[in-house]
Amino acid sequence: MSTASTIPAFSDLTVGQDIGSRSIAVTRTDLVKYAGASGDFNPIHWNEAFADGVGLPGVIAHGMFTMGAAVQLVADWVGDPAAVVDFQTRFTKPVPVADTTGTPEPGALIEVSGAVGALDADAGTARVDLTVVSAGQKVLMKAQAVVRLA
Amino acid sequence: MTINPDLQGRSYPAAEVYDVGREKIREFARSVKATHPAHFEVDAAKALGHSDLVAPPTFAIIVAQRADAQLIEDPDSGIDFSRVVHAEQRFIHHRPIVAGDRLLAELHVDGVRAMGGGAMITTRAEIFALAPGDAGSREAVATTTSSILVRGEGQ
Repeated sequence: MSTASTIPAFSDLTVGQDIGSRSIAVTRTDLVKYAGASGDFNPIHWNEAFADGVGLPGVIAHGMFTMGAAVQLVADWVGDPAAVVDFQTRFTKPVPVADTTGTPEPGALIEVSGAVGALDADAGTARVDLTVVSAGQKVLMKAQAVVRLA
Repeated sequence: MTINPDLQGRSYPAAEVYDVGREKIREFARSVKATHPAHFEVDAAKALGHSDLVAPPTFAIIVAQRADAQLIEDPDSGIDFSRVVHAEQRFIHHRPIVAGDRLLAELHVDGVRAMGGGAMITTRAEIFALAPGDAGSREAVATTTSSILVRGEGQ
């Protein structure tokens, strides 16, 4: 468990500033865990035959898994998850997750990076724009998190 | 089966109370690979000024999707859940969700738009917390909006 690093101050931020990046390894087990934690048991997220049958490229991650995992970069950067006061995205491409059960390999990788997209001095908020890519494709569009800073 | 165009403007009142528990916050946090101590350790949350464990930024989806289920499972809606694709999602937090909160969600159908043989449906959940000891008092906690695409035949 990481301890909070230096919490950014509003006055130190500039538009375009990089907030860092991370790579998220995803397995079928992760999707089962997310299904249980969220209550979203749509079989397209855990049953290959069902996913194929509805025309998907196999089992895909919950869009909300990707959205929820991607914002962790912002929560850790800002130092308090509750500072994320607004978070939105469009889901543009599915994230197929291969069945790698029994191996140490992930079934998919999600690459997340973020940059400060806008600053609102009156509100004391910064908008962080996230770029979220898997298998070379942007899977989220307009992924924007507004954070309140001291 | 086609989507009922009269859904637009419909509301579903708050149904069951959702009790936010510490272990659920921890479980949900792990499930989205969150590692911030404020989700796991009460002392870490309190050090940031919160009364108890803080929920991750997308935790409200649990409450919002329970509210959405009222619409999706409404036999009058014409929505086939197996043809639903999540298109857009937004969370606006009026205050953080913390362990011990007792939440209610009112669902509003803000938009229904035909797309090909299917439809794009936009819903908004207004999430409130019940004030402790006062059954009548509500505090605004979050507004979530969700757009789902219900694929038509051949889409």
